[in-house]
Amino acid sequence: MKEQPGQIRIFRKKHYLGKYILITLVVAWFLVLTMLPVYGVIEGTFKNGWHIFITSLVTPASKHAFLLTFWITVGTIILNTVFGVILAIVLVKQKFKGKLLFEGFVDLPFAVSPVVAGFMFIVLFGPKGWIGNWFEMHQIKIVYAFPGMMIATLFVTLPFVAREVIPVLREFGLQQEEAAYILGASKWQTFWKVTVPSIKWGLAYGVTLTIARSIGEFGAVLVVSGSIINKTQTATLHIHQEFTDFNYAGAFSAAVVLAVSSFLILTMMQFVYKRKRS
Amino acid sequence: MEPMAYGQRQWKNWVMKNRLLRYFSSQIDNLILRSLSFFYIGILIILPIAALIAKAFEGGMASLWSNIVTPQAIYSLKLTFITAVVMVIVNVVTGTATAWVVVRYNFPLKNIMNSLIDLPFAIPTVVTGIMLVNLYGPNSIFGAWLGKYGIEIAFARPGIIIALLYVSFPFVVRTVQPVLQEMEQDMEEAAKTLGASSFNIFFRIVLPTLLPAILTGAALSFSRAIGEFGSIAIIAGNIPFKTQVASVYIYGELESYNQQGALGLSVVLLLCSFIILVLLNLIQIWSRKHEGTARSN
Amino acid sequence: MAILVKDIFKKFGDFVAVDHVSFEVQEGELVALLGPSGCGKSTILRIIAGLETPDSGEIYLTGKQVTTLSPQKRKVGFVFQHYALFKHMTAEKNIAFGMEIQKKSKAEIQEKVHALIDLVKLQGYEKHYPDQLSGGQRQRVALARALATEPKVLLLDEPFGALDAKVRDNLAQWLRDFHQKSKVTAIFVTHDQNEAIEISDKIIVIRQGKVEQVGSAREVYEYPRSKFVASFIGQVNVMDAVISQNRIQIKDTDHVVENTSNDSLDEGDVVLLVRPEEIMLTPEKQQPNDLPILIRQIHYRGSHYEIDCELNGLNIKVIENKVDLNKEQWRENQQAHMHFKSFRIFDAEEGHERVHEKLKEAGYIE
Repeated sequence: MKEQPGQIRIFRKKHYLGKYILITLVVAWFLVLTMLPVYGVIEGTFKNGWHIFITSLVTPASKHAFLLTFWITVGTIILNTVFGVILAIVLVKQKFKGKLLFEGFVDLPFAVSPVVAGFMFIVLFGPKGWIGNWFEMHQIKIVYAFPGMMIATLFVTLPFVAREVIPVLREFGLQQEEAAYILGASKWQTFWKVTVPSIKWGLAYGVTLTIARSIGEFGAVLVVSGSIINKTQTATLHIHQEFTDFNYAGAFSAAVVLAVSSFLILTMMQFVYKRKRS
Repeated sequence: MEPMAYGQRQWKNWVMKNRLLRYFSSQIDNLILRSLSFFYIGILIILPIAALIAKAFEGGMASLWSNIVTPQAIYSLKLTFITAVVMVIVNVVTGTATAWVVVRYNFPLKNIMNSLIDLPFAIPTVVTGIMLVNLYGPNSIFGAWLGKYGIEIAFARPGIIIALLYVSFPFVVRTVQPVLQEMEQDMEEAAKTLGASSFNIFFRIVLPTLLPAILTGAALSFSRAIGEFGSIAIIAGNIPFKTQVASVYIYGELESYNQQGALGLSVVLLLCSFIILVLLNLIQIWSRKHEGTARSN
Repeated sequence: MAILVKDIFKKFGDFVAVDHVSFEVQEGELVALLGPSGCGKSTILRIIAGLETPDSGEIYLTGKQVTTLSPQKRKVGFVFQHYALFKHMTAEKNIAFGMEIQKKSKAEIQEKVHALIDLVKLQGYEKHYPDQLSGGQRQRVALARALATEPKVLLLDEPFGALDAKVRDNLAQWLRDFHQKSKVTAIFVTHDQNEAIEISDKIIVIRQGKVEQVGSAREVYEYPRSKFVASFIGQVNVMDAVISQNRIQIKDTDHVVENTSNDSLDEGDVVLLVRPEEIMLTPEKQQPNDLPILIRQIHYRGSHYEIDCELNGLNIKVIENKVDLNKEQWRENQQAHMHFKSFRIFDAEEGHERVHEKLKEAGYIE
């Protein structure tokens, strides 16, 4: 934390009381709103012992769900990192008509409801959709199958890498790249030896956010996948399934695993964020 | 020089041609990158939206409208907006206060709290729902205790608002925090030397400066709230005319293979997303102008 | 000839940045491109380096046409205004970058880096990252990096622009010494006339994308070809005047400088420019052309005195060296006479010099 010079200067002396009341209120609100539920679910999961926790996690459906989440996340990282960097380069370095509108489209996934997003993909990639029609003819299933879930996850996580890389790239400017060209480096060499090392922390931050969101995505994937057990069920869908089946032990155990992963990702995010800023 | 003239001309022609070639080849990688971006955004964002809108208007305006104005759809829309507005009001106050406390004051474990503010972003919404049901559900200790006094949280409206507060908690804090951090305290000190009270300083100096950030945070929270699905589906369930918000309504229609019924509200939500995006950009432009004039003065 | 710039033209949108510029630089010369900011001098440098492509015109480096060659293949060294050091590499790695691209052997790179570190006096800073170095040190790393690939031509964009005065002087001195020893052909861009005069063999004055004058520091200072050059390089007193009946009359006054030569002067509006050190003050009128003035203020400037005088409401600056001043003992608010040891006359509208040759013959100027 940066030291704030004169941190409490305006509320000196007579306002000490107000200050402590405000701190107390804020901390209490924060603890009750966000921390108490976390504590509750961990307590609720383990009050019956580790045994139930483990057994409800190693069911075939649960294992399959976590594995599917893993593969979707891996695919999302690869595709959205590559295209996120390309998008950032195009938006920072190129000028073309309609660029502002294009930039607006890049932001859109943050504003669209996941359920609506999933619905859009059903319409486009479903058997009667503009694109789905073609795949249907070639016997390739997109909706209610892995490709559809992948596309839905790509959609909801698309802005993260681009949004994080754009400001870094803008600040990085052109001169270092020009210096590399003059020293004889080709565009490809310059990209890997000069550009990438300079944007790496921004990129890493964007990738971490992408991971967090792909693991946690629910609505869009639910709509696109149809949530078929052992087939198109990711970890979040699995939790939902267990919950609606009143199998609370299974739902809680999987939820705790995801909550712990979220916490680890958050820690990673904070670490990367600090590196990015220094 | 004379005998050289012809050769020189040829050389020049070649260079000119080559320069065109070079221009093209220097542009080709740019063109490839641009085409790739257009392809990606096109297939992932633009085409799906176009497809949805095209399908919505397939049967004409009248049939789309009749999908929107069914009592159940209207109720869920109303519920969505009311809960979102209540959440935004609470979130603006608590978020600004949290940002203020974290930036201006020192207290034990402040840094840990500051890191954990982002946790709601990292936790999957389904997990949020599960955690809230566990805490406030009728079977939980807390929920049962409240139930004795007739207060329902889970599977009722308060549950929706709590879920929305949880998932959008970081928005206002994280937009206000950096502005507060960069805010020059000399402005406040100047106001103090001019005899302004703490109350006056806050409402006439601090708040106007923070306003663009607060509005941005509010718009982001609102946008998240009208689209939120996972946590609400779990804590509030899918009870028509009670806890069914728009996104849950759409999901319900899809679940019962009624795509037509889902189209109406989907278009409405999509329209809201567009409006909020435009609004966010306007806030940004406005605050930049604001800053610009302040600086040039 | 090391560099030949031939009729270069470059537009950015509607803005003409470089307007048919031609000049040449001989082997081993150190040339300054001098001009106010926004005059297109940096664009010219970037075109020579290949970072910009001209709309028309040609560039030759060591006799070879390179107009269409990419910057990677031009074998020039370039020092950027804000250094453009690779932030994620140490000083040593920055210097080695170009040689690594050329796939030189490790031993060779190491030896060369060592030599360059010695050359730019950065011993002990090899492992420092750019943000751990001062401005002057960064600039020296940038120089070493540009020299590492043994370029045929060294291009420097405002090399000392971002440094404070003391560091700037040291580095300028270093660059001049280095150039004396290495005799590498170099062009540097600057908006600082003192820098150009101190360091360069030849100055190319640029104004609004056009070459205004080319010459040695002495030529440009002593014989400016236009009002712009005269007033951009060095201090100058500007007086509107009119020529009629072979006499130069300073406007709004009844003062007249007689044309004592045999040739007649072309009539019309002119601008009379006199440098402060070209004016001699005398207590009494000694020659018919001497003008009566009032001494307003005397400023001590260390090596000399600067005297503000008034001629019918016109402010005239005079520089007197200390010896002369002690002799005459000028006081403020004293009446005196001034004599132009030399002066120049420029066309009032076009700004180019009008009657230079005639005045030279007339003995007004040496």
